[in-house]
Parts: sequence; structure tokens; C-alpha cells
Amino acid sequence: MSGNLYIYIFIMAGISYVLRTLPMVVMRKPLKNKFLKSFLYYLPYVTLTVMTFPAIITATGDYTAGFAALVVGALLAYFTKNLFIVACGCCASVLILSFIH
Amino acid sequence: MNEEVKRVLKKPFFNGLRDGIPIGLGYLAVSFSIGLTARNVGMSVFQGFLMSFFNNASAGEVAGVSAMSDGVTYITAALIILVTNARYILMSCAMSQKFSPETPLIHRFLIGFDLTDELFGIAVAYPGYIKPSYMYGAMSFALPMWSIGGMCGIAVGNILSDVIITAMSVAVYGMFLAFIIPPCRNSKSIAIVVISSFIISGLAKIAPVISKASDSLRIIVLTIFISVAAALLFPVEDEKQEAAK
Repeated sequence: MSGNLYIYIFIMAGISYVLRTLPMVVMRKPLKNKFLKSFLYYLPYVTLTVMTFPAIITATGDYTAGFAALVVGALLAYFTKNLFIVACGCCASVLILSFIH
Repeated sequence: MNEEVKRVLKKPFFNGLRDGIPIGLGYLAVSFSIGLTARNVGMSVFQGFLMSFFNNASAGEVAGVSAMSDGVTYITAALIILVTNARYILMSCAMSQKFSPETPLIHRFLIGFDLTDELFGIAVAYPGYIKPSYMYGAMSFALPMWSIGGMCGIAVGNILSDVIITAMSVAVYGMFLAFIIPPCRNSKSIAIVVISSFIISGLAKIAPVISKASDSLRIIVLTIFISVAAALLFPVEDEKQEAAK
């Protein structure tokens, strides 16, 4: 390892902050363009879906457990809509399978 | 307007705090596991606090720590963070439309500080324009938990068993599922978009050539590609946008 950890941390923090803040500071007026509005309307669902799958399958190193977490999480999300229950359900399914395996 | 919406509008800070609790608990676990890796590059507890508090990004911090351990140049480290966290540019654009025109500018600077995937998720799920105090309520729990998790990971090392840490690694995806699945019940177009995203993302991971790309690049390219397709196929009317919320 070379370089100063404080400088690395400063670079990471600075870039993350600019990426997150600049677009919403610059775009202050409500958009009128129907295409752009639609694009930004769907974007969160797409990006969170793409981030979840297939990463959830491979996250634990055990594909069966990952798949179980996905199925349990999706069902709990559909029926309970509760963030905490869904997150716990996913963890619990991985935990239970790790004892069976 | 249903009861849930009325309740949230009445006490935004406390409801933000309530929605921030599961996020914060998940953060404690995820940040803790990042702290474990940061410990391996020789990071002090104070440095761990700085990194967690000022970054608030799981993938970004993991990439940053591995950049440190590889000893890459500062420029390379900057580029790695830029690519890993580039999705926040898109989230910030979407978020720009969630502030009412009267909201003072300062709130954009402050909320931007902790615009994480999860807090973005609850902001998007919030009916209509967000109230800044709702976000501050969620941040007031999520941000300390993330920072404490990172510090603890470095301070105590691996006291939790591997089984527990492995199980906790899916918590963050559970949170994402809790954001993307429920709106599918009310909106056919969102349901189609979410299911298509699942399929395309899975295919992109196993397809030849494309699968060679890093995860963060794949996420950005697919997000833009699928969102453009969705906007062209199912343009959103203002009334429809409200109805789905």
C-alpha cells in the first residue's frame, strides 16, 4: 500500500458528494418535458432492480440461500410492504439455510 | 388520500425516523462488514469514522478500500469512485423533481450529503413532494448507524460469527425489494418495467462480452437503457404519476 489514507478518504468523500448533490442543485425547476419526466419516474425502479438482481443471488456465496432470500423477500414485499420485515425475512432465510446445509 | 399518507404528512420528522430505523439497522450490519475490510488496510477507528460519515456508500467504500489496499494513484482512486458511484448522478436527477419549488436551496445541499440508495428509495416512495424534515428524520438515525458500524468493524474486528455476517449481507437487497415490489401492485407499467429489469439484468450478467463489464458499469448502462425504453413505451401522465403513489 502507498499513499496517505486521509487523502484517499477525502477524494472518495468529495467525489461522492458532488455526484449526489450537483444534479439536484442544478436542476431546480420542475421538468416540463414528458419524456424526461417519464425517464426519471421509471429510473429508481430500474436502478434498484438492477442492483438487486443478480447481486442478491451471489452475495452470500451460496446460490441456494441467495435465491431463497430473493423469493422470500419478494413475497414479503408484495404482501406486507414493510421494509423491516422484508430485510429481516431475507436475512432469516439465509441463516436458516446455512444451518440446514 | 389514504390514512398512511395523511399520517406521514402530519409528522414528517418522526415518520422519517421510523422509516429510517430499519435502514439504520441494515446500515449498522453492512458498514460493520466494510469496517472489517478497512481494518485490513490499516485504517484507524478515526479514519474509519471519517470514511463512513463522509461517504455513506457501500459499493463506493468497498471499492475505495480495495483501491487503498492495491495502492493505486489518487487519480485512479478518484476514477474508481466516480464509476462506482455514478448511479447517484441519476438518482440526484430524479430527486431534483421531489423538491417543491419553494424549498430553500440549502435543503438540497444537506439532503444530498446522505442521498444513499435506501434513503433515495424512501424519498421516491414518499407521496408527492418530499418534506425535508422527513429526510432529516431518516438521516438522523441512518447516518450515525452507518458511521458507528464502520468504526465498530475496525475497532472490534471479527467478533460476530461468519454465519451472521453472511446472513446480514442480504439485508440491503431486502430493503431494495421492499421499494420496488409494492408499487407493482398498483401500476401495471411499473410492474412490467421491474420484471423486464430483472430479466435483462440477469441476462447481462451471464451474456458473453457484456458480462465482462464491472457491476457498476452494468448498473449504469442498464439503468439508462431500460429507463429510456420505459419512458418511450409508457409515457407518464401527471395524474397517473400521482395515482401510482
